[in-house]
Amino acid sequence: MEAGDTLQVKDGVDQETIDAVKEVSTYKYGWDTDIEMEYAPKGVNEDIVKLISEKNLEPEWMTNWRLEALERWKKMTEPKWAMVDYPEIDFQDQYYYARPKSMVEKPKSLDEVDPKLLATYEKLGIPLKEQMILAGVEGQADKPDGERKVAVDAVFDSVSVGTTFKSELKKAGVIFCSISEAIKEHPELVKKYLGSVVPVSDNFYATLNSAVFSDGSFVYIPPGVKCPMELSTYFRINAENTGQFERTLIIADKGSYVSYLEGCTAPKRDTAQLHAAVVEIVVEEDAEVKYSTVQNWFPGDENGNGGIYNFVTKRADCRGDRAKVMWTQVETGSAVTWKYPSCILRGDESQGEFYSIAIANNHQQADTGTKMLHLGKNTKSRIVSKGISAGVAQNTYRGQVNMHPRAKNSRNYTQCDSLLIGDKCGAHTVPYIEVKNNSSRVEHEATTSKVDDDQLFYCRQRGMGEEEAVALVVNGFCKDVLQALPMEFAMEAQQLVAISLEGSVG
Amino acid sequence: MLKINNLHVSLEDEDKEILKGVDLTVDAGKVHAIMGPNGSGKSTLSYVLSGKEGYNVTDGSVELNGDDIMELEPEERAALGLFLAFQYPIEIPGVGNMTFLRTALNAQRKARGEDEIGATDFLRLVREKAAALKIDSDMLKRPVNVGFSGGEKKRNEILQMAMLEPKICILDETDSGLDVDAMKLVANGVNALRDEGRGFLVITHYQRLLDHIKPDVVHIMADGKIIKSGGPELALEVENNGYSDLLDEAS
Repeated sequence: MEAGDTLQVKDGVDQETIDAVKEVSTYKYGWDTDIEMEYAPKGVNEDIVKLISEKNLEPEWMTNWRLEALERWKKMTEPKWAMVDYPEIDFQDQYYYARPKSMVEKPKSLDEVDPKLLATYEKLGIPLKEQMILAGVEGQADKPDGERKVAVDAVFDSVSVGTTFKSELKKAGVIFCSISEAIKEHPELVKKYLGSVVPVSDNFYATLNSAVFSDGSFVYIPPGVKCPMELSTYFRINAENTGQFERTLIIADKGSYVSYLEGCTAPKRDTAQLHAAVVEIVVEEDAEVKYSTVQNWFPGDENGNGGIYNFVTKRADCRGDRAKVMWTQVETGSAVTWKYPSCILRGDESQGEFYSIAIANNHQQADTGTKMLHLGKNTKSRIVSKGISAGVAQNTYRGQVNMHPRAKNSRNYTQCDSLLIGDKCGAHTVPYIEVKNNSSRVEHEATTSKVDDDQLFYCRQRGMGEEEAVALVVNGFCKDVLQALPMEFAMEAQQLVAISLEGSVG
Repeated sequence: MLKINNLHVSLEDEDKEILKGVDLTVDAGKVHAIMGPNGSGKSTLSYVLSGKEGYNVTDGSVELNGDDIMELEPEERAALGLFLAFQYPIEIPGVGNMTFLRTALNAQRKARGEDEIGATDFLRLVREKAAALKIDSDMLKRPVNVGFSGGEKKRNEILQMAMLEPKICILDETDSGLDVDAMKLVANGVNALRDEGRGFLVITHYQRLLDHIKPDVVHIMADGKIIKSGGPELALEVENNGYSDLLDEAS
């Protein structure tokens, strides 16, 4: 590879970012697909839960699991501790299930999928044809076989439209399919692991999700297998007044490895929409999972109308010794974000890492961070959080580091940087640290800075436009996290950083 | 090339006039030096020419090759070929020096309707220019000006200048904070760029920089005005006698 290419990708902003800034004036994914949909009646109750279960042709044990969750949920109240403020959500005024009519008879292969749906993903830049590789990676021949494939599971509102490269993955022993399919095809695995990392009773939104989740992705990597390609799920909310409740379950068996990517977008709507997902990751002995998210749900307009309310529970359980998990997230979308991807470091010498960029512009509110629960000996965790606030947005880092009495000689390092653009936004850092043994070490560093007029003037004197200058400075601020992303995501993330800060200066 | 005509400038925040009618013309191929005591308005002139916010131009005009530039954005002036070497170069954490250079170069090229420079050509060009300024590859990779010594920062400014090939180069106290060796490197860099098509405006406190960058014209600035202009001998006069005689003469 040319040295120049490395420079282009890894080192701040490149030309594509700049082009993206110029070409795209607003949220790029705000269009919708005109497609005939089938809805369940509004609201959530026993009948709706049974209906969702029935639509997915689920076995009885699954239906009962959901109904138990619903019973618990009815007794729970919404958490109010996060630094986010939004109008009361009427949970009975939402659609909990919406699927394209063409998906009623589940297509047997991608060839049978409604062309309108395929076109939707093509327009989003997500190819669902197996001969294609993910946009932006052509020519990135850094794999020895000269090919870089990414398998995609495409979720449209409440259903999975299709999954690519399934047979090729199967040869390696990897199971990659929608969770509704896994419930039918691999009940023993689902029964064993579902709810074992995020219990049904975990929190208000996770419990709701347990009752009404409609689809999502399922991954199983058998012992000793390095997944031959990156796996990804692309979530698209299309229908109006409809919540998306997806469930993802990833199991990395002993000594295995997988890198998983998640992307999400939604059309522009005047009214806010609910998204409450649960992601569970099980990491066995010596296994490693990398989970990267580029979250670009519609953030609402510049006056704070519409947008996605994003209440997500993500957790990884390092069950075996020397298990490793790495969360990387770029949160640019959503009107409200409530999300704390966490690591349970149960195995001795297990490791958890969390890299985050959270951007809040206009009226966006983000309350995000992580939890590192050190239970095993010699466990390590690292947190790097970059929060960027612009407009009148509020951005909170909320993190918890726990050292259990048994977690001898464990270490945590946390670095929390906030960047403010303008003088009407806010940045907050709320770390909770609890250490119950005296051989462990916890370090926390936090900084807050402003995008400096002198920096912008310097860039502009050298010929860059104002927005290009902001994008350059902010991408520089986020560099540590951008570097943690897989290459194709890093490019997309750089562009997103630029786009989501448009109009934040001047 | 650069034509400053009766330029009056006051601060935006307070009603204070800093430049009180500056007249100055720099022809292509010439090096003009501006000297003057602290607070005479030298740095303000460089900021106003390059379009920094915070100043009101109350009268006068500035033309660059016939274009009135006072209404233009800083980046538009840059694309027309105006370059300011900063007295205090700005740090940009996390942004690689090369990325910065390439982004700037391509932004200017784009603004002028030229093709962007490819990665390979860029790399060749930057290595060649950097070598002349004794800037090693490590310094090219480091974030812009972060952790650079005073000398490194100034050499980096000259590297940017060499890469961007401006028409008019304004050097704002480029000699401040430099030891003799660093000053020689910087001066050599500037001299290498002297060219029939390029004008220089060198702002400095001291004559010593002008030993290395020989000016064609020297101006003395005081209290927001050019009070005297002459040949290189004027700089020597300042060196020997200070500004007080000239100031007395003017008043």
